[in-house]
Amino acid sequence: MTLLLLILTPIIFGLTIPLIPKERVKLWAMVGTLIPVAWYVFAAFNFTWSQGHEDSYVWQYDWVPSLGLQVSLAVDTVSMLLIGLTVLLGPIVILGSFTAVTERMKTYFAWLLILQGAMTGVFAARDLILFYVFFEFTLIPMFVLISLYGSTNRKKAAIKFFLYTFTGSIIALAGLVYVAWFNYANVTPGVLTFDFGSLRAAANAMPASAQAWVFGALMLGFAVKVPLFPVHTWLPLAHTEAPTAGSVVLAGVLLKLGTYGIYRFVLEMTPLAAWQFAGPVAVLAVVGILYAGLICWVQTDVKKLVAYSSVSHLGFCVLGMFAFTSIGLSGSVLYMINHGLSTGALFLLIGMVYERYHTRQLKELGGLGAKMPMWSTFMVFFAMASIGLPGLNGFVSEFMCLLGTFQSGRLGPWYAAAAGTGMIVGAIYMLYMLGRVVWGPLVEPAGHGHGGGHGGGHRGGHDDHHGAHPDALPADLTKREIAVLAPLAAACIFLGVYPTPILRALEGSTRGLAGHVERAQTRGPALPAATRTPPEEEILKQSRQQPSMSDQPVRGGARGGGQGQTGGGR
Amino acid sequence: MIDKVQTLWPEIALFVTTCVVMVLGLSRDRSTRRLVGVVSGLGLAAALVLALVTSPQLAGPLPALAAYGKAVIAAIGLLLLLLAAGTVDRDYEASVARGEPFDPLKGNRAEFASFFLFSLTGLMLCVSATDLIWLFLALELTSLPTYVMVAISSKRSRSLEAGVKYFFLGALGAAIFLYGFVMLYGSTGTTSLTGIQAALGHQLAAEGGLNTLATLGLVLSVLGLCFKIAAVPMHFYTADVYQGAAATVSAFLAFVPKTAGFIAIMLICAAAGWRFGDSGHDLPDSLAATLSVIAVLTMTVGNVLALLQTSIKRILAYSSIAHSGYMLVGIVAGPGPSDGGGGGFFTNGLAAVLFYLLCYGVMNVGAFAVVAALERRKSDGSIEEVESVNDLFGLCQTRPVFGWIMVLCALGLAGIPPLLGFWAKLPLFTSGISSGHIGLVIVLGLNSAIAAYYYLRLAGPPYLEKPDPLAGIGAGGGTIEETPYASRVLAGLLSAAGVVILVAALPRLMEASKQAAVHMPGTVQASPGSKAAMVAPRADEPRP
Repeated sequence: MTLLLLILTPIIFGLTIPLIPKERVKLWAMVGTLIPVAWYVFAAFNFTWSQGHEDSYVWQYDWVPSLGLQVSLAVDTVSMLLIGLTVLLGPIVILGSFTAVTERMKTYFAWLLILQGAMTGVFAARDLILFYVFFEFTLIPMFVLISLYGSTNRKKAAIKFFLYTFTGSIIALAGLVYVAWFNYANVTPGVLTFDFGSLRAAANAMPASAQAWVFGALMLGFAVKVPLFPVHTWLPLAHTEAPTAGSVVLAGVLLKLGTYGIYRFVLEMTPLAAWQFAGPVAVLAVVGILYAGLICWVQTDVKKLVAYSSVSHLGFCVLGMFAFTSIGLSGSVLYMINHGLSTGALFLLIGMVYERYHTRQLKELGGLGAKMPMWSTFMVFFAMASIGLPGLNGFVSEFMCLLGTFQSGRLGPWYAAAAGTGMIVGAIYMLYMLGRVVWGPLVEPAGHGHGGGHGGGHRGGHDDHHGAHPDALPADLTKREIAVLAPLAAACIFLGVYPTPILRALEGSTRGLAGHVERAQTRGPALPAATRTPPEEEILKQSRQQPSMSDQPVRGGARGGGQGQTGGGR
Repeated sequence: MIDKVQTLWPEIALFVTTCVVMVLGLSRDRSTRRLVGVVSGLGLAAALVLALVTSPQLAGPLPALAAYGKAVIAAIGLLLLLLAAGTVDRDYEASVARGEPFDPLKGNRAEFASFFLFSLTGLMLCVSATDLIWLFLALELTSLPTYVMVAISSKRSRSLEAGVKYFFLGALGAAIFLYGFVMLYGSTGTTSLTGIQAALGHQLAAEGGLNTLATLGLVLSVLGLCFKIAAVPMHFYTADVYQGAAATVSAFLAFVPKTAGFIAIMLICAAAGWRFGDSGHDLPDSLAATLSVIAVLTMTVGNVLALLQTSIKRILAYSSIAHSGYMLVGIVAGPGPSDGGGGGFFTNGLAAVLFYLLCYGVMNVGAFAVVAALERRKSDGSIEEVESVNDLFGLCQTRPVFGWIMVLCALGLAGIPPLLGFWAKLPLFTSGISSGHIGLVIVLGLNSAIAAYYYLRLAGPPYLEKPDPLAGIGAGGGTIEETPYASRVLAGLLSAAGVVILVAALPRLMEASKQAAVHMPGTVQASPGSKAAMVAPRADEPRP
C-alpha cells in the first residue's frame, strides 16, 4: 500500500488542481509533494536497507490474466533510493517554480505532480508491462511542460524528445515481450506472466543469441533515455528549452529511468550478453564523456553547457555499471543520486539567473559574484560537486565508477584512464564557466543594469521591461530560493563526507548483481544460436540442463525457475 | 435451413428495421421522418441484444466468431449512428420547414439510413459466413451501400467524385477477390469454408503443399480484400474518398468495410490454416509472404504519407491505412497453438485483431466526431466542414469538450499507455513474437513511433496552442461553429469515455475476443444438419 500511496498521492493532487482556486494552487501543489516526502521518510525507517535483493512493500493485483498482467509494486534498495530522489526533488521543484510561471499556472503544477507520480511508479514497478506503462507515460507530462512553458525552440525540443524516447522504448517493449514469451513457451510452459522475478529467471535461461537480441532491444530503449552517445542528441535541446522545473526533473530523475532500466533489466536479465557487449557499450560511454565534455567547453549558453555535462556525467554512470564489479555498480547507483542533486541544483541556479536577467548567454553574464554573493556561493558549491571535488558527493561516485572500471575483469585500466581524462575536461569547462559568470568584471545584459530583475514570464526570448514591478525579484536570492537550494546542498555535503550508510546499503544488492553477471559469464555461451522456432522439446531439455537462476534469495514466493546452483554442468 | 436462420436473428432484426426505416423516411409528416434515427437506434440495440443472447456456433473454421463479432458491430454501429445524425437532407429539411412541400423523391434521409443499416447487416452476415458465396454476397452487401453513402453524403461535387472513385475501385477489388474465390473453388471443388479447409489439408498431406490453383486463389482473394481494408497496393482511394465524403461517412468507412475485409481475410486464412511452412504453424508460404509484405508496406506507406498531410481527414485516412497494416501482423501470426493453456490470448493473433477492431472503432469515432461536430459558416451563409489541422488550435480552451475528445482519441490511436490504443497494440506484439515473426513486430514498433509524430499534431494543438485567428483563411474565411446535432457530440463523448473506461474492462474484453477467435484446425466432418456445411469432397468429385 505504501508504494501505491506514494504513486497515487501526487497524481490525485495533480488531477484535482483544476478544482482548486488560483490562490491556493501553489499550496495545494506543495502539500501534494510534501505528503509523499512524509510517507517516504516513514517507509524508509521501516525499510531494511541492507537487504540485498529482497523486495519490500510488495503490492500485487492480478489485472489481465489473459496477458499475464499484474499491477505489481515492490522496492528493493536501489528502487528505494531512486524513489527517495524523486520524492525529494518534488517539493523543491514546486517551490522553485513559484515565480517562474504566471500563465496557465494550474496546468503547470498539475502536470508536475502527475509526472512525479509516474516517475515513482517506474521505480516501484515489478511487472514488466506496468514498468513500461509508467516509463512511457512520463513522456506526456514532460512533453506538455516543455511545449507550454519552454523557451523559443520549445516545440521542436518537445517533439524530438518525445519521438526519440518513444521509438527507443517501443523496441524495448518488443524485447520485454520476447522474454515473456520465452518464459511462457519454454521455461514454465503454460504459465503466462510478466512478473519480473519469473522473467529474470527465464531470461537467464535464454540461449546466447536470443539474449544478445533482447540485450540490443532493451539497450536501445534505455540508451536513448540515459542518454548514451550517439543517441543523445535529444537531450541538449530538451534540457535547454524546458522550463527550469522541467530541466531539473528531466536531469534529476528522468535520465535515471534509463540507467535504472539498465541496472534492473539489462544486467539482471541478459548478463551474458551484457558481458559480451560491455566493451562496445563502455567505448560509447567513454566517447560520450569526452565528446560531450569537449562540446561543453565551447558552449556559449550556460544551460546548454550544463545539459551536455549531463551526457558526460551519465557516461561515467554507464561505465561504472558495465564494469560489473561491486564497487563500480555501487558507484554507478550513487552517481545517479548525486547527479540528480548537483545537476538539478545547477539548473535551478541558472533558472534563478534567468528570471532576473532573461538571458543564459555567457557573453551577457559576467562577474555576478559581486552582485549576487549568495547565488554565487551556491553556484560554485554545486559546480564543484559536479566536477567531483573531494569532500562533496560527486567525488565519491565518480571515483568509485573509475575504480570499479579499473579493477574490472571485463573492462580494465585503459577505459578508466580514458574516462579519467574526462574528469579533467569536466573541470575545464565548469571552471571556465564559473570564472566568466561568477568572477571577473560585472557584465549584465542591456536594460537590466539597475538593481533587481523581475520574475515571471515563461515564454522565451529577451524581453525588455522598464521600471520595477511590485513583485520584482531582489538581486540576490530570496528566502524561498535559498530554501530550495539548501536541502540539496546539505545532501551533497552529507553524501560527500559520509556516504557510508548508502554504500553499505547498496553493497548487498550490487555484490549480488556483480556475482550474477560473473556466474553468467563463467557458464559460457549457453546454447547454440536458436533457430527461428526450434522444436520445443529440445529447448526444454537444454534449459533444464543449465541452472536458471543465481543464488540470490527468491522474491516473495517462489516462482518458476530452479534453485540456485553455481557453475552448472551441462 | 431453420438452423441457419436461427444463427441470423441479429441480421433479421436489422433487416426489418431497415425496411421500416425506409418507409418512415418517406413520410410527408416531419415527426415521422424524425423517427428514422430513433428506430434505427432501436434496431441496432435489438441486434446487439440478440447477438449477445442468441449466437450459436457456426459450422465454419472460426465457429465462435458470431457473438463477439456481431455485438461489436452493433455497438460501434450505434456510435456511428449517433455520429451520422444530420448528414443528409440538412438543407432540404430547412427548406421544407420554410414551407416547401416535401417531395419524397428529393429527400435522401430514408435512403441514407437504410443503406447505413443495410451495410451493417451485410457486415454481420460476413461474420456468419461459412461459405464463399455467402461471404461474397455479404461483402457486397456491406460495400455497395457505402458507395451510395459516400456519394450522397454532402452536396459538394467532391463527394460525388469520391463516390465514383470508390465505386470503380471497389468494383475492381471485388472482381479480384471474386476471381480468387473462383480459383479456390476450382482447386477444392467446394465453396464451403470447412470443405476448403479439409481439401487444402488433403493437398498438404498428399503433396506437401498447395497446388498452384489453390495458391493463386488464396493470394488473389486476399489481394482483393486488401481494397476493403485499405492496404497497399489497394489503398490509393482512401485519402480522397475520406476527404470527399462527409466526416460522418468517413468514420463509417474507417470501421465497416475494414471490419468486413478483416473478417473475410480471417475466414480465408482460417480455411487455408496455419499449418504450413517449416514450422508447421504458418500460413502457406506464398500467402504468408504476401501478407507480410503487404503488412510492412501498408504500415510504412500509411504512416509516412500521413506525415505530410494538413487535412485532418486525410491524416485519419492514412492512419487508417496504417492501422490495417498493424492488424495484418496479427493475421500473419495466426491463432497460435491450439492446445489452450493459460496463454490463449497471448499467442492468439486473431483474437488480437478482433480486440483491435473494437478499440480502433471506438477511438476512430471520437476523432471523426470532432471534425463532424465543428462546422465553418462562411460569409455567404453556406456551411462547410472543418478540415485543416490549424482549426484545432486551442480547441481545449475555446471548446473544451471537443478539444479533449480529440486529445484523448488521438493519443489513444497513437498507442500511448495507459490509454486504450496501447492495450490494443500489446496483443499484436505478443502474438507476433509468439509466432516468431519478430521482424514484423519490430516494423510495427518503429511504425508506431513514426505515427506518434502526426498523432501529436492532432493531440497537441488543441491543448498546447492558442486559437489561430488566421486558420480559416485558406478555406475561404468564416467562423467556426458547433454543429446543431447534439448526438454527434454525444458520439464523441462516448468514444472518448470509452478510450479511458474500456481500459478498466480489459480482462473481460480480452477474454471475449479470445473465445471468439477459436480456430478449428480442420475437421473433416462438418456438423450435421447445417446446410452450408458439407462432407469434405476430394478435388475430383463433382459438387453435389
